[in-house]
Amino acid sequence: MAITVRIPTPLQRLTNGQGEVQCDGKTVAELLGDLERRHPGVKERICDETGKLRRFVNVFVNEEDIRFMQGDQTAIKDGDEVSIIPAIAGGAS
Amino acid sequence: MGLSQDQVRRYGRQLLLPEFGVRGQERLLRASALLIGMGGLGSPAALYLAAAGVGRLGLLDSEPVEAGNLHRQVLHDTQAIGRSKVDSAQARLRALNPAIEVVALRERLEASNALRVLESYDLVLDGSDNMPTRYLANDACVLLGKPLVHGAAIRLQGQVLTILPRRSACLRCVFPEPPQAGELPSCQAEGVLGSVTGLIGALMAHEALKLLGGFGTPLADRLLTFDGIASGWREVPVRRDPQCAVCGDHVQTSDIRRIVHAAAAV
Repeated sequence: MAITVRIPTPLQRLTNGQGEVQCDGKTVAELLGDLERRHPGVKERICDETGKLRRFVNVFVNEEDIRFMQGDQTAIKDGDEVSIIPAIAGGAS
Repeated sequence: MGLSQDQVRRYGRQLLLPEFGVRGQERLLRASALLIGMGGLGSPAALYLAAAGVGRLGLLDSEPVEAGNLHRQVLHDTQAIGRSKVDSAQARLRALNPAIEVVALRERLEASNALRVLESYDLVLDGSDNMPTRYLANDACVLLGKPLVHGAAIRLQGQVLTILPRRSACLRCVFPEPPQAGELPSCQAEGVLGSVTGLIGALMAHEALKLLGGFGTPLADRLLTFDGIASGWREVPVRRDPQCAVCGDHVQTSDIRRIVHAAAAV
């Protein structure tokens, strides 16, 4: 269990304020499942009801966008770093 | 063209920079930039661009100044409440640097005006507050071949990306489809700290000064994110998607034109 997941600022309230958490999994999909078990509520911010990654959220494995790899089936291993980066709209004021 | 004594006095500290110098200053004085949004990001960005001597600044915003803007929208002061943001901004920037041209455009970026509005500027800074505007700015800039500095902030985080059309990743290469209304949090609902918009806006100005002044390496193909809880910066590499709907290899100008024209009115 040594995959580091970087949590974007707005989701850190679901991870007890932690910017990085450790999770497990052989693929990104498994990792997101484990992330949800450890920190309930995170996954629905990242994936839609069908479990697909939301269009405005990108996941990087070791700084490579998984869209250019095998999507959520991208293989991961101990020591990898996974970053979750959502788009930001901003103001509306 | 040479610099006047007044210009040497005003810009002296930046003229001293070997990367910038007289050549960079002359480039800036001849350059133009359009700022979309005179809010938390546009405020610091416009101040730094005006102060540095960018020859012509276009300011685009249709909203009036509200009391709730003032904690982060540092261009405007208490007296400006109720006044249009672009008028308030224009007055402030003219007072800061009377030698530059400041154009106030009291309108929103829409499918019907995007190309006309952006066309006459060298570079665009997107400090808008909603996704439809951001995608429209991106698509129009790709169509026109204008460099675009994208910046966004909410709560205690922000991100910046410089887009060199067809040479580096555009917004759609990074986030292929805009989220629907309500899918993303807004500052109105979630809040934002002025120092965070200040950092992001200043960085946007910096990117613009580099491109217009002709020095440094643009923040292209690197999405730089700021985490205001730990005060940490992190960049993730992004790349141009050959299949991108607007800047992809096989996209025709007419295709992008259709996307721009189909953009929802915002």
